Amino acid sequence: MGSSAEVIRPGSPSEATSAYGDGAGAAVLAGGTLLVPDLHFGRARPERVIMLGDAGLSYVTRSNGTVTIGATTPVDALVGESSPLGPCAASIGDNEIRAQATVGGNLCAPAGFGDLQGPLLALGATARSAGAGGERSESLEDFLTDRSGRLLLDVTYAEPAAGAFASLGRPHAHHYTVMAVSGVRTVDGATQLAVVGAGTVGSRLRSAEALAGDAEAAGDAAGDAVNPSDDPLASGWYRTRTLPALVKQVLSELEASA
Amino acid sequence: MNIIVNGNNRTVESPPLTPLLHVLREELDVLSPKAGCENGGCGACTVLIDGAPRRSCLTAVGSVPDAEVTTVEGLGAPETMSDVQQAFVHYCAAQCGFCTPGMIIAATAYLEGGGSADRVEISEALAGHVCRCTGYLKILDAVAAARDGGFDLSTTAESPHTTVLT
Repeated sequence: MGSSAEVIRPGSPSEATSAYGDGAGAAVLAGGTLLVPDLHFGRARPERVIMLGDAGLSYVTRSNGTVTIGATTPVDALVGESSPLGPCAASIGDNEIRAQATVGGNLCAPAGFGDLQGPLLALGATARSAGAGGERSESLEDFLTDRSGRLLLDVTYAEPAAGAFASLGRPHAHHYTVMAVSGVRTVDGATQLAVVGAGTVGSRLRSAEALAGDAEAAGDAAGDAVNPSDDPLASGWYRTRTLPALVKQVLSELEASA
Repeated sequence: MNIIVNGNNRTVESPPLTPLLHVLREELDVLSPKAGCENGGCGACTVLIDGAPRRSCLTAVGSVPDAEVTTVEGLGAPETMSDVQQAFVHYCAAQCGFCTPGMIIAATAYLEGGGSADRVEISEALAGHVCRCTGYLKILDAVAAARDGGFDLSTTAESPHTTVLT
């Protein structure tokens, strides 16, 4: 067991971008909560591992209502944020895991993880990444659709007027999220909804957003829009029937906070 | 590379991607951190890294060069146990003992961070630590008792969950 991959320790964002290149053969080690066991047990066999601990990508900045979160910011740095981001962050793992796991690692995690995708999709976040063709910014939604060969640098979103979060967990020493819905009311009054646990990555619930004024109809529309698979946490059938309740709860909370 | 383990400067020969847990146990012969799930799910491998509780199974040793690592061995010896260690003994807060090093490390960090004796807050602080002997109540009792600055092994515990050894 163990990995003999080349280890690279960039000392700045530009060094990290340069070291990552087009991402060929590379694995990115930030908090390590997913990658270190995979390396140790041979589930991951990269040619090179880029350790981002000293790359200067851990930050939360605010400017004129815009928040930017660096990719290696620990999850626990977000616990105090307003809903839906803060409550979502607080529901991940335990305090030790939250202190070690990073925002970028969570967003880029394989299916079954990635809780933070939900609130950041609902917030309409923009993802800034590097890779082949250089640096680019795109919606987090597009980034998650095809993030192969991309090194996430940070995410940016506009602070919402209100937010809500509803999660269905599975009792365990760790709270495993079966499904969670995040919702925000933008400063323009628009309602934006996103779900994790209904597919391999999080997704916006646009059909439900269009019916946000009618929580019942919006919940039904959300249920009709997804086709989740079975996994060890829950069946697709259960998720499909649970999603409308979570959507209604989020819309109810948004309404109450208006 | 070097790391400081329980106050001693140690040279590490293992490759940088080796989990700290295995460096401690297999190279440096520090055996209190336990290899339980080795996927971050049980907490038995928790150590203090620069004072913060971290899963050593999830920490590549190369990511913590020159760090100060503290294990249960560094908290106290049998004759000079820390308050938390004394409380765990007094409240019989271990059965098989496999989870105990991680529990004690997490409890120590919690109390040194100003944590209270509130059972809910202690439970939250220890949430990542699994005890398969279901000894949670005595563990909570022990951490709450240690909050008040030490424990006298000659006294009688008042916990309803405890049969005190005399």
